[in-house]
Amino acid sequence: MEEEMEVMEERVVEIEHPLPCLSESDTQGIIKGRDLFGYVGIEAVLDQMRRKTMKAGFEFNIMVVGQSGLGKSTLVNTLFKSKVSRKSCTPNYEEKISKTVHLQSVSHIIEEKGVKMKLTVIDTPGFGDQINNENCWEPIVKYVNEQYEKYLKEELNVNRKRRIPDTRVHCCVYFLPATGHWLRPIDVEFMRRLGKIVSIVPVIAKADTLTLEERLEFKQRIRQDLQANGIRVYPQKEYDEDAEDRILNDKIRENIPFAVVGTDKEHQVNGNKVLGRKTKWGIIEVENVAHCEFALLRDLLIRSHLQDLKDVTHNIHYETYRVKRLNESNANGLALSPLTLENGTLEKSDAESHL
Amino acid sequence: MKSEESEDKQYVGFATLPNQVHRKSVKKGFDFTLMVAGESGLGKSTLVNSLFLTDLYKDRKLLNAEERINQTVEITKHTVDIEEKGVKLKLTIVDTPGFGDAVNNNECWKPITDYIDQQFEQYFRDESGLNRKNILDNRVHCCLYFIPPFGHGLRPVDVEFMKALHEKVNIVPLISKADCLTPNEVKKLKDRVRDEIEHFGIKVYQFPECDSDEEEEFKQMDKELKECTPFAVIGSNTVVEARGQRVRGRLYPWGIVEVENQSHCDFVKLRNMLIRSHMHDLKDVTCDVHYENYRAHCIQEMTSKLAQDNRTDSPLPILPLPTPDVETERLIKMKDEEVQNNHH
Repeated sequence: MEEEMEVMEERVVEIEHPLPCLSESDTQGIIKGRDLFGYVGIEAVLDQMRRKTMKAGFEFNIMVVGQSGLGKSTLVNTLFKSKVSRKSCTPNYEEKISKTVHLQSVSHIIEEKGVKMKLTVIDTPGFGDQINNENCWEPIVKYVNEQYEKYLKEELNVNRKRRIPDTRVHCCVYFLPATGHWLRPIDVEFMRRLGKIVSIVPVIAKADTLTLEERLEFKQRIRQDLQANGIRVYPQKEYDEDAEDRILNDKIRENIPFAVVGTDKEHQVNGNKVLGRKTKWGIIEVENVAHCEFALLRDLLIRSHLQDLKDVTHNIHYETYRVKRLNESNANGLALSPLTLENGTLEKSDAESHL
Repeated sequence: MKSEESEDKQYVGFATLPNQVHRKSVKKGFDFTLMVAGESGLGKSTLVNSLFLTDLYKDRKLLNAEERINQTVEITKHTVDIEEKGVKLKLTIVDTPGFGDAVNNNECWKPITDYIDQQFEQYFRDESGLNRKNILDNRVHCCLYFIPPFGHGLRPVDVEFMKALHEKVNIVPLISKADCLTPNEVKKLKDRVRDEIEHFGIKVYQFPECDSDEEEEFKQMDKELKECTPFAVIGSNTVVEARGQRVRGRLYPWGIVEVENQSHCDFVKLRNMLIRSHMHDLKDVTCDVHYENYRAHCIQEMTSKLAQDNRTDSPLPILPLPTPDVETERLIKMKDEEVQNNHH
């Protein structure tokens, strides 16, 4: 007998292609996105992270070191296109050489395209300005270590803050005068000591007194000097994470120290307003890479390696300091531990290390 | 209004910071540990497979009643690396077979709380140690708790379990196998469960408040998410054809249940919440709240124990350092030498 068959709904199809799986428990395997039937959506985690970091804002602490008159404050103002240096913030500022090296830090919150950054500029007036400059680096070394100590204490606290305020020096820009010869003894002494505890970016200051050939030779000699003295400057070769980084950083390493010129004055060149220094023989355009390497420095410090500078400070310099401190306290039998830091106070250890 | 040209002039360039962070995160990848808890047969494994589009339990053997009599609560871990659009996720699923299956289920959550505490302790040790380069984060970021749809709300074991864990891990309660409930029944059950959660003071995972400056669409989604908890979910290991498309679903004589159909169940909401919008927050709450609580508690216990023992004058057992290994000793030696050299 013929019956009219009802049209059934579409039939079930059992799993057509085997879904990715593990052959044994507790083994690992990579499952590629295109193997999945459908789309999980894990890259949304990046958006979540981005949203959070944008809300929280960023911090960046930059220190400038060099003799008076090398253009430190001007350069920092030029870098961040705002009056962020100490000079611009102190009313009735007088140019006087101070008798001792003392550090001053100025913080600003700057915003760009929705990204907020708390920028702290640490200036070191008095460095290298005296007749006898022995040990003039000591206050600086002390400051850098004090910031690490502060952070360490916060980290060891029983009740920790969700976000520990970061005052550690992420980058130290060291200003070399454009002598054209070699590194001076004070340069070597300073960079040798500080290169171990902070990321140093050396720059040739007021480079408009060097011709291009003189500049190249000077840079070569400096690089030789740095190597001969075992001085490691940023980006340090040992911290390149992978081949991609190494290629990028090698290019930078071949070019440091950057020869910079800074200014906050604008002039008209070919109908455009440019930042520059006007002389009788021409206008030195600060942001023109044919004239000076300011743009390269800015790109390195801000546009490409800012986060990396912070990471190197946190993962390498700070960890080195921490290990040293923990070992010191262990060796002395004193407990540098959560146990003694209940109230956030640290028992002073006698053997403070001296650099 | 600034002209575009002058805006460009003012452009410093640190607005690229989020991109710099982004690049590093993509390189590093993410990890996430998800725990599933609930009685056998509530569809936990199927749901996990549906969420992450995997088949983690292919060779699993289901135990019969006799074999289950003497079974204790186990903790099993499966790890999978998933990559999508260049982003790597290392996903660890912690399963709790045997939970609630015995005749006497007293304290059956203890192995689970112990496991969570162990991960915290391990992280605490690693974090306090000398070499912190490659700390593995095995802390449990989220626990999906499966409530059976058959009852009238929370049972005593559900209440006790959640109260034992709500201060150690983010609990997301789910109504499982929701395909045996009509829409009205689902609504009644959800209301009942929500009331009971409040009544018993159970602190389940709370979605963070939306910022006032978020987009309207996001705010609307967020509101819908919050009003929908606990999520009523259905999972499936099979692919069926429905309405001309191939979908994950379950075929019944009376119709086809589509897992990803929002009018059928809350699976999509759960997946969106877990992966696409709140994964990072789940991790943050674990790190900032649950772990910090554990750590503070641990330290205070250590301190009070020492005070009791009255041995504060002798060298204190310092940070719970892991046993020194070759790497750590080498590091210590290196640092010692450096300190020596700096003394000139």
